[in-house]
Amino acid sequence: MVENRPFLTFLTHAFLILGFAVVALPVYVAIIASTHDISTLMSGPVPLLPGSHFIENYTQILTSASAANGLPNYSHMALNSLIMALVITIGKIAISIISAFAIVYFRFPLRQLAFWIIFVTLMLPVEVRIMPTYKIVADLGMLNSWAGLTIPLIASATATFLFRQFFMTVPDEMLEAARVDGAGPMKFFRDILLPLSRTNIGALSVILFIYGWVQYLWPLLVTTDPGYYTLMMGMKRMVTVQDGVIQWQLVMAGSVLAMLPPILIVIFMQRLFIRGLTETEK
Amino acid sequence: MAGIKIAGVSKIYAGGVKAVNSVSIDIADGEFIVLVGPSGCGKSTLLRMVAGLEAISEGEVSIGGKVVNRMEPAERDIAMVFQNYALYPHMTVYQNLAYGLKNRGTPKAEIDARVAEAARMLEITQYLERKPRALSGGQRQRVAMGRAIVRKPAAFLFDEPLSNLDAKLRVSMRGEIKRLQRRLGTTSIYVTHDQLEAMTLADRLVVLNGGRIEQIGSPLEVYHAPASTFVASFIGSPAMNLVAGEIHGNRLAIGPALIDLAGAPPASGAVTVGLRAEDLRLAHEGETVLPMTVDYVEELGAQRLVHGLVGDQMLTASMPTDMVIGESLSLTIDQDRLHFFSASDGKRIGSGTNVATDKTTAAVETA
Ligand SMILES: Nc1ncnc2c1ncn2[C@@H]1O[C@H](COP(=O)(O)OP(=O)(O)OP(=O)(O)O)[C@@H](O)[C@H]1O
Ligand SMILES: [Mg+2]
Repeated sequence: MVENRPFLTFLTHAFLILGFAVVALPVYVAIIASTHDISTLMSGPVPLLPGSHFIENYTQILTSASAANGLPNYSHMALNSLIMALVITIGKIAISIISAFAIVYFRFPLRQLAFWIIFVTLMLPVEVRIMPTYKIVADLGMLNSWAGLTIPLIASATATFLFRQFFMTVPDEMLEAARVDGAGPMKFFRDILLPLSRTNIGALSVILFIYGWVQYLWPLLVTTDPGYYTLMMGMKRMVTVQDGVIQWQLVMAGSVLAMLPPILIVIFMQRLFIRGLTETEK
Repeated sequence: MAGIKIAGVSKIYAGGVKAVNSVSIDIADGEFIVLVGPSGCGKSTLLRMVAGLEAISEGEVSIGGKVVNRMEPAERDIAMVFQNYALYPHMTVYQNLAYGLKNRGTPKAEIDARVAEAARMLEITQYLERKPRALSGGQRQRVAMGRAIVRKPAAFLFDEPLSNLDAKLRVSMRGEIKRLQRRLGTTSIYVTHDQLEAMTLADRLVVLNGGRIEQIGSPLEVYHAPASTFVASFIGSPAMNLVAGEIHGNRLAIGPALIDLAGAPPASGAVTVGLRAEDLRLAHEGETVLPMTVDYVEELGAQRLVHGLVGDQMLTASMPTDMVIGESLSLTIDQDRLHFFSASDGKRIGSGTNVATDKTTAAVETA
């Protein structure tokens, strides 16, 4: 259907490149800025070519910069972020797939109501219900704990809804064949549904990992103990120094490093996606 | 191996739909029963009640002498072949076949042996390591059969297993299913809406209509002595001609034609008369004549179907291909080939073509 008209090709490409530039430029500037020293950055506009302080800046952010700002080690914060992102990803997927299984395959009283209650949480992300949630977490004594950091973020319905939609496309005969083959509900879940959901789980993991990785507001609220600081919080604290100059080159180096895990995850999981998309199973 | 007894079974769906209405069938050990009927007549529902996939509203189903009403499908010792095969897409063919055995705790060595045997029987050995998506429709069908065979169940249940295949493959798979069932001697219930499939496969046919049994009998019994106009028009291709007739004394009037009935008339007054297209033939000198005005001719190769009017009633006759067909034909039919049905409720009157039935069944048995 696409006509071969040079002008149109030119125009579409121009837009594509423009769009890419808009997205990529800030990232490029961050990378460039992380290779200069502070005096270059403070003395005028950000240069557009790499400087010569790459190794120095990155060594510093990974070793001494955090301590200078009263923060835990960069690697410690990175580990915290990783744990938080992973717990949220795994927790959310586990809870959603199990509740979707219950809602689609079991007849129990108030099933429809249960579904709608779960569905409504879609409209109430953490930011909306942040005060009551904070109160509950505080009253339960979960401030400054992994539980307080992750559980409120796990409890929402995004993935439940997606899994429910997917389960409803699995033909009924699959369940019936499994029943005739002597598989009880849990066996059916483990042997049939779970493997069939593999690609869905893969796609959701990427989205949820990034969701967990970039969490900022909630960790900021519930943790005062620096031992629980995540990368996002650490970066923020380095910008809000009370006196003296902001070490922009270090902040940028830290940000560039913090971007790596999500990028790696996307690159790694993309292969799973493509495989999942080409070998449709159903 | 076991017989199946279906006693007064009904299914009432939520909302009061009576999909199956007090059906009773006694199925002998090793028998091949085909449930046939038009779409929506309750064939699948009945089969699924035997399988345990649908709760039984009324009545009792027993397999091998045990009442199974409250048993899970897996406990009933049955295997089912589904219309869309329902293979597990993420498992290899081997795993698909082995899954049911594994769930029953069959030892690995025995699973291997049984899968190998079933695969050999169905000629799918070379596909054992493939996933179902890498198989053709016919091969998937075989795998679905294999999944039933490896279990060595008391009964096979088939729900239109061939309806997703092309016509040619359907015919060859039909033969294969029949051969396999003979060889294994496993009691089978087979659901189809294709009367030809039903005729060729069945030891006994069960014709269902609106959730009720219209007739149970061997294919030839059902063909030669349909119990009602419904069965008459459903079994056989082309469908039996059903025309309005009137019996006065010893004479049957069909439109303008008058046929003398030898012996005692089966009824008097208005009747529905059934005439098979293949029983109609050209009249010789001196025979009673059904004059037909030819409307159009369907050429089928081995035979031709002539459609036309006798009086004001549509009739189809099967004619040999070597004759010239003009504007009109003088047809006739042997009297023992006439079927009479009550004009009011469509039920069969008299035994009709018993002679023919006996002759043909005898021929089949000696063959
Ligand atoms: N879950 C259900 N609830 C209510 N009515 C149902 C349900 N399932 C089937 N029916 C009705 O029961 C009747 C019999 O259905 P069934 O599936 O047994 O028909 P069938 O003979 O197998 O037809 P087909 O040849 O089209 O498969 C139909 O009229 C159908 O509408
Ligand atoms: Mg059906």
